[in-house]
Amino acid sequence: MLAISLTHYVVLSALLFSIGLFGVLTKRNAVAVLICIELMLNAVNINLVAFSKYVTPTDFIGQIFSIFVITVAAAEVGVGLAIIIAIYRNRLSVNLDDFDWLKW
Amino acid sequence: METSIYTVVAFYGLALTILGAATLVVFARNIVHSVLFLALTFIAMAGLFLTLDADFIAAVQVLVYAGAVCIMVVFGIMLIQRADMKATNLFNRQLFTGGGVVALVVALCAVFAGRTAWAEMVAAEAVPEGTVQFIGALLMSKYVIPFEVAALLLLVALIGAIVLARDEEVKADAGD
Repeated sequence: MLAISLTHYVVLSALLFSIGLFGVLTKRNAVAVLICIELMLNAVNINLVAFSKYVTPTDFIGQIFSIFVITVAAAEVGVGLAIIIAIYRNRLSVNLDDFDWLKW
Repeated sequence: METSIYTVVAFYGLALTILGAATLVVFARNIVHSVLFLALTFIAMAGLFLTLDADFIAAVQVLVYAGAVCIMVVFGIMLIQRADMKATNLFNRQLFTGGGVVALVVALCAVFAGRTAWAEMVAAEAVPEGTVQFIGALLMSKYVIPFEVAALLLLVALIGAIVLARDEEVKADAGD
């Protein structure tokens, strides 16, 4: 059993996704939730590249998809941080429990 | 598929680094430490992409994630946090609910992974040497429309981030 197969990468990716999901659900700081979403997107990238290597080695579909995922993640961090800064200016807080304007 | 002993050692080392650093990202009480462990996770993940014969993705990972995203998050933290960084990254009240949801997701993943025939789908070929020229040709031919849309998305995100993060008083001054 001393060989690395597709299953190893899928298990690693699932564990990383779970850690990220746990952070998203349980963190109080909005920036921490944003970086945990980055962890989840990276877990997806591991899956895409691993499947690209083991299932379609000559098509590069997974690698191209992971480039698009990285692009979208970079855009998401930029806009997400801008939104958090804008909210902080109004509320002087980044605690997600304080963001309840849409709740009534 | 035969793998060399170096690949096996590299995989387990990198996997342990990634999982340990990701756990510390979630459990660190100081948000700046969280971002440092996030950078460590991203760099270890670039090494993992090298074991997957994806050298271009590994380079992009270091440039975009470890370089740009981490620095941007640190800048964001410096703009919004108070001077005392202790206990800036705590858990909320849904600790056990969140843990339950995550356990459910892990169980679902395990069930579906157990029902998948992994050995059948693995292809026999190896990844060609040097992936950059193939990715570049595909991005400019078959995937050119998603490529242009991604460029447009980055432009919109750039403008949107500037508009959102801009100070209202500055805007009032500029309007005079």
